Amino acid sequence: MIIQTIVFYVLAVMTVGSGLAVISSRNPVHSVLFLILAFFNSAGLFVLMDAEFVAMILVIVYVGAVAVLFLFVVMMLDVDFAKLRAGFIQYLPIGAVVGAILLAELILVFASGSIDISKPAKMAMPMPDPAQVQNTEALGNILYTNYAYLFQIAGLVLLVAMIGAIVLTHRARVGVKRQRIADQVARRPKDAVRLTDVKPGEGASWKSD
Amino acid sequence: MAETGVWHDYLLPLLLTIGYVLAIAVPMMLAVGALSYVERKVWAAMQLRRGPNVVGPFGVLQFLADGLKMVLKETIIPAGANRALFIMAPIITFSLGLVGWAVIPFDKHLVLADLNVGILYLFAISSLGVYGIIIAGWASNSKYAFLGSLRSAAQMVSYEVSIGFVIVTVLLCVGSLNLNDIVEAQKGLWFFIPLFPMFVIYFISALAETNRTPFDLPEAEGELVAGYQVEYSGISWGLFMLGEYANIILLSGLCTILFLGGWLPPFRVEPFTYVPGVVWFLLKTAVVIFAFTWTRATLPRYRYDQLMRLGWKVFLPASLAWLVLTAAALHLFGWLPEKVAGG
Repeated sequence: MIIQTIVFYVLAVMTVGSGLAVISSRNPVHSVLFLILAFFNSAGLFVLMDAEFVAMILVIVYVGAVAVLFLFVVMMLDVDFAKLRAGFIQYLPIGAVVGAILLAELILVFASGSIDISKPAKMAMPMPDPAQVQNTEALGNILYTNYAYLFQIAGLVLLVAMIGAIVLTHRARVGVKRQRIADQVARRPKDAVRLTDVKPGEGASWKSD
Repeated sequence: MAETGVWHDYLLPLLLTIGYVLAIAVPMMLAVGALSYVERKVWAAMQLRRGPNVVGPFGVLQFLADGLKMVLKETIIPAGANRALFIMAPIITFSLGLVGWAVIPFDKHLVLADLNVGILYLFAISSLGVYGIIIAGWASNSKYAFLGSLRSAAQMVSYEVSIGFVIVTVLLCVGSLNLNDIVEAQKGLWFFIPLFPMFVIYFISALAETNRTPFDLPEAEGELVAGYQVEYSGISWGLFMLGEYANIILLSGLCTILFLGGWLPPFRVEPFTYVPGVVWFLLKTAVVIFAFTWTRATLPRYRYDQLMRLGWKVFLPASLAWLVLTAAALHLFGWLPEKVAGG
């Protein structure tokens, strides 16, 4: 048990520390890398809670895909560091107010007692014995039976967002040569090759026929 | 009454675990060395050359000579490079190639960590591989390296999607995310027969994930010099190479587990069942690795737009369609694994 406690504090401190480093790093690429470190440590925290499925999904989706694309974009951005830092003081009050509101709300929610961590029996579903059911199975059972419609709707929302992003950024450029595999496959020798007797002094031309 | 105390509770398990880790990692390093030799011999045979034949009998000690050369060479860090990240990148690549082996079952229950979500763990590890390359490209502060790493990031993210669908399809037929269960489920029939199209998609996507020919655009020595590796030298370059080979062996091992029945013998009759499962596992993995080598000796490199077209317009719809088809077939014919059907 003591090992778990030590590991928890190490992971928690690392998470919070890298979270702070995300906003305090001067180099945006370093910020993203610290963000990735924060994701990793939170995945570790999930593992400590025996939620190994959520931990793996966090690593696969956030670290393996989202953060890669994030890093991809940040690396290519031409960021003016001096300008960014100049704005920091200006936006600090707004950020502090938003942060304070969120913190106050969290404190209110937890203090009101509507979330009682010590009593899982309050949940909508009767809890199966954790030793019998893996959390992957338990999650799947709840998600695809009790909340199937909500799950589908969430999928649709994401689909709409994806199509929206494509529509907004897609532009059909004219004058670009593209490889059309179907055209290449459909091409036959008789369309492309012709045998001709070239008479002296006349030359050959495809369009003469 | 069991013994208690710090030694029995903490130190002994720790030492045992370190022992197990070494028992996997050291043979792995040797396998990587051997692979670098075997691969060159195979290419040589396919191209009617002789390959390495000077160091040791038949040149088998070539990998030791190469390793020594890499260690002794000076590691040059470019003046404009981001030092910490520049050094970190090859270490990430190399260690990711090794940590995946923690969950690979070599035989029934012969595995370091028997995770419930073993397959997801492997998927996560393989999706992290892109970081070594993208960090190397950025930290080198060089155009070629950066272009190589950008290509690599796009490529690996694209092909991960189809690998994900392949894994989901296999999971549908198994009903568990545990690698042991996946192998056990193939007792009747190895999955590469009913799921043959997925097997092909997995193999090609694995080529793309490991940046191997015909998908080695991140290196593309003809246009990008050596892509993300261009500024690396000595052992830091060596770690990239070792990591790449370790990753090839890892994905071949995963291919064996997903499609070729892991440690199971090909026929469950007398002479085949005498051979221990480890041997079957290693043999099958070797066959897959040979296929990796074979493609590299045979195929030219893809163009970038062709690569993206193959990933998004061919593999993604094909694997999605096969996934739906598999799910429908399992449901209609009542072939769903019992555990899932019951719950």
